[in-house]
Amino acid sequence: MLALPLAALIAKSSSVGWAEFWRIATDPVALSAYEVTFVTALLAALVNGMMGTLTAWVLVRYAFPGRKLLEGLIDLPFALPTAVAGLTLATVYSSNGWIGSLLAPFGIRISFTRLGVGVAMLFISFPFVVRTVQPVLQELEQEVEEAAWSLGASRWQTFWRVVLPQILPAVLTGVALGFSRAVGEYGSIVIIASSIPFRDLIAAVLVIQRLEQYDYAGATVIGTAMLGISFLSLVVINLLQAWGSRHET
Amino acid sequence: MKPDGISGVKPEPSTNPWLSGLLIGIVGLYIALLLGIPVVNIFYQAFREGIPAFLQHLTERELLSALRLTVLTALVVVPLNTLFGLCAALALAHRRFPGRALLLSLIDLPFSISPVVAGLMLVLLFGRQGWLGSLLQAWKLRVVFAFPGIVLATAFITLPFVAREVLPVLEEAGTEEEEAAKTLGANSWQIFWRITLPNIRWGLLYGVILTNARAMGEFGAVAVVSGNIIGRTQTLPLFVEDAYRSYATGSAYAAAVVLSLLAVVTLVAKELLERGSPSRRIF
Repeated sequence: MLALPLAALIAKSSSVGWAEFWRIATDPVALSAYEVTFVTALLAALVNGMMGTLTAWVLVRYAFPGRKLLEGLIDLPFALPTAVAGLTLATVYSSNGWIGSLLAPFGIRISFTRLGVGVAMLFISFPFVVRTVQPVLQELEQEVEEAAWSLGASRWQTFWRVVLPQILPAVLTGVALGFSRAVGEYGSIVIIASSIPFRDLIAAVLVIQRLEQYDYAGATVIGTAMLGISFLSLVVINLLQAWGSRHET
Repeated sequence: MKPDGISGVKPEPSTNPWLSGLLIGIVGLYIALLLGIPVVNIFYQAFREGIPAFLQHLTERELLSALRLTVLTALVVVPLNTLFGLCAALALAHRRFPGRALLLSLIDLPFSISPVVAGLMLVLLFGRQGWLGSLLQAWKLRVVFAFPGIVLATAFITLPFVAREVLPVLEEAGTEEEEAAKTLGANSWQIFWRITLPNIRWGLLYGVILTNARAMGEFGAVAVVSGNIIGRTQTLPLFVEDAYRSYATGSAYAAAVVLSLLAVVTLVAKELLERGSPSRRIF
């Protein structure tokens, strides 16, 4: 079920031949699709690294009305089918949608541009950082922070020197998980983006376009390139998690 | 451990109300823009023309046949992967053998692979020119662009959920109770029904719920293998995209409401299960 499909993919891409593989994999349209995919996914993951840490902090440290509601909304991107997410994001962020119409006077268009790809990636990768950081923050011993305060450290120094080093492995794990999810995302992006090459065409959509043209070799090569990146981020995630668990002891 | 309710909040000593207010405001705004407003929009758009119009969209023939296919797929995939996940978790728990780490990361593979690439692999394997293509043709079996393909793609994508939820619970429960039952003369079937299953029931249920949510919502992998034939191999998520592209916004949002209710049920069930067992791990 798992190994056989993987073998089929690798066999097909190696049957293409090295020179041909390289030519398809580094074709200008493909290169720009990787760039759009990976750079946008990285930016989205980093923004969520910051906002997710802040969200976890607010949820763990402050009591306020509506906290339960926020807490419940966090997991929505895990539960909502991506086609639905793409549909509603495309509407809300289009130039006559609720949020898009506020930005349109400034000449900012989100739906059907690369910004739309970014918004969809922000949506689907949001829960990862919150859910990796929250338990670590929950377990932190506040005596250490209190000690820092009593020794005269400012609030900012305490966060930067005492709290952040302890939650950093969790933050980075969340960022890597979010990145890997954003790179592979298809459903929401195909709806919110216009998928024009060199502008907002992502790698996953390119694979589907090649398949629709019965270009199996092309689809396979680009799929294999994406697979390589997935494995790389898997290795990074495992290393980060190992680092995180060493930190705990 | 995650204590529930307000007791889970650790108040910061000498909190500055301005700072905490600002931080809460920023987080609230971000979540509203990214999650809250888009969700409200789904229901607003669906009911904008009134309930009769919504019901009319909801009972369109294409939508109903897509819904039927999605439910049917879940009915096949969820029991299949529950059984597999349970077996995998039982086989992997409390045992250390060479290749265990490899097997674990192989099970996790569908989480890190793009669904589109997963679908592509299945096409290369079962498609007309694929490895098993000629074999399947000889038996007059269609997999790609047909129901079996949709089931395979969905099963591939949702493979890890049950095993991932059950395994940590099994590891945490330890083997003492099972060993005690064994010394008292219970056979392995009795041990499973009386000891193991009650221990893992919440984790198992949660894994099943996650499997179901993903099975009904899967888009990328199914889009590749199904061929998206309206009324035949079009699942509900594919219907949403198709309707949106052909400017049938009303139908798209009617289907989106159905899928959103699935998400709501999933989130509520998660909340209830977390209350049932406080030591549950997060997603």
